[in-house]
Amino acid sequence: MAMRSGLRASLLSPAFLVAVCICVALLSVFQFSFRAFVPGSMDVGGLTLANFTTLNKSIYLDAFINTLRLSVETTVLSLLVAYPLAYALVRVRRRVLKSAILIISITPLFLGEIVRTYSWIIVLGSNGFLNTMLRKLGIIDQPLSLMFTHLGVLVALVHVTIPVVVLMLATAISHINRDYEKAAQSLGAGPIRTFLTVTLPLSMPGILASVTTAFAWTFSAFATPQMIGGGRVPTVSTLVYQLGFSSMNFPLAASLSVAGLAMTIAALVILGRFTRRMKLAGGH
Amino acid sequence: MRTHHSVSLPLRIAGPVVVFLILAFVMLPVVVAVLAAFNEKAMLSFPPESWSLKWFERVFTYSDFKDGFHASLIVTAWSSVIALVVGTGLAIAVKRLEFVGKETLQAILHSPLVIPHFTLGLGLLILVSQLKLQRGYAVVILCHVMLVLPFVLRSVYVSMENLDERLEQAAASLGASPLKVLFTITVPLLAPGLFGGWLFAAIMSFSEFTASLFITTQATQTLPVSMYNYVREFADPTLAALSAVYIVVTACVLAFANYFLGLGKVLNIEDSH
Repeated sequence: MAMRSGLRASLLSPAFLVAVCICVALLSVFQFSFRAFVPGSMDVGGLTLANFTTLNKSIYLDAFINTLRLSVETTVLSLLVAYPLAYALVRVRRRVLKSAILIISITPLFLGEIVRTYSWIIVLGSNGFLNTMLRKLGIIDQPLSLMFTHLGVLVALVHVTIPVVVLMLATAISHINRDYEKAAQSLGAGPIRTFLTVTLPLSMPGILASVTTAFAWTFSAFATPQMIGGGRVPTVSTLVYQLGFSSMNFPLAASLSVAGLAMTIAALVILGRFTRRMKLAGGH
Repeated sequence: MRTHHSVSLPLRIAGPVVVFLILAFVMLPVVVAVLAAFNEKAMLSFPPESWSLKWFERVFTYSDFKDGFHASLIVTAWSSVIALVVGTGLAIAVKRLEFVGKETLQAILHSPLVIPHFTLGLGLLILVSQLKLQRGYAVVILCHVMLVLPFVLRSVYVSMENLDERLEQAAASLGASPLKVLFTITVPLLAPGLFGGWLFAAIMSFSEFTASLFITTQATQTLPVSMYNYVREFADPTLAALSAVYIVVTACVLAFANYFLGLGKVLNIEDSH
């Protein structure tokens, strides 16, 4: 059935326009990252590489390393925590239980970074939930400092990525043909062995997708490191904001963004290769 | 047939316990925030010693929140509908048509899933200031369309997978024009998926923060941005009260959507075997 070209154009042109806007926005950042900074204005000077040489300072390098570390830790932890949830979500048979798991695990996704992060502040603060509980139970005398720490930021970031990882893993697990599992069991494999040799390798597409997304989301997170880290857990995102809105040095903010984007892409390519290799090793 | 009998007892107990503990971890901050909202004291502490509703009153009277809510409604309404139209058109075109650059177009439109929101926000800010344009609603809406489009695409693709093409062929063989087939057969059959996609886009847009922080001004400041500014200025539980309202409304919307739409289907997580 040949669609008329008018219909074709009306289906495609809005999407094409949005795609152009995305590209133009990214090109603006790219272009600005090579421009000289004119203090006190959004106007910029001539072409220069100075922004990128400025990035070679310990404050920026530390932020890069810290962001990378947070992203890797968050990705691994959220995979470990989300897998059992996704598995239960797909395999639990009682509808009420299934709905409860679904609603509870995806609600945080829709609350947005601010509500989630603020809620963690009430949990982690020195008069917060955790410290009060631990003190009442007599486990600690002095409040633990959880706010403004790497650990605090990490826990909140894992919480942010869980819903999306659960959804992606659940999609993959729901497409696994149960006959393979039954075949493994009828050949004498126990439940753990069946899981490790059949279910886990077959859910690799979901693992690959969720690793990519969890990594990128953590890299991109701003409110969580800013509010829970309070400046003591520097990340690329918090520095970009600071450079832009405190120093008004938008060219340097742009070059930091470009470097960050390059690092995200590099990390995703490496992670993708690694996961694909695991998939091959596990599948055969 | 379930092979339940082959699963040993410790595993059968450990599984549910692990799942319960993880659900408790996910729920913990949400429950704590709701409880903290009723704390009478002006300092953020937990658990509350005396209870009060005064922070809820402040939520509904604080002018920045009212303006933010208003701005968020405008941005959400426009961006979710635009994203739905753009996403549905693309999904149908991708499924039914061959065209040059199909893969590239899809890759670009999905890229906001991995491109940091601060990069896109910064990009739009630079673009607008270089073109000497006003940072009005149009820019914020455009930005949100980019960010929520991948979610709309996902849910439209899923419902297209489940669409029986023979129904469209039947209509066409009875003489319906392609346009008529599209609007009388395809779109109505896709309706639950389209509604699910729109709903996701709307909630994501309503709570988007990072990119909005870069591109909104005092006049277009969305609710999450005014919430962020509030935390930087005040330390009282008002934001806990606002979070509580947010949490209850979101959970209700999702529960209703699950009841009427079957979120499992929309999200493509139904066990298909």
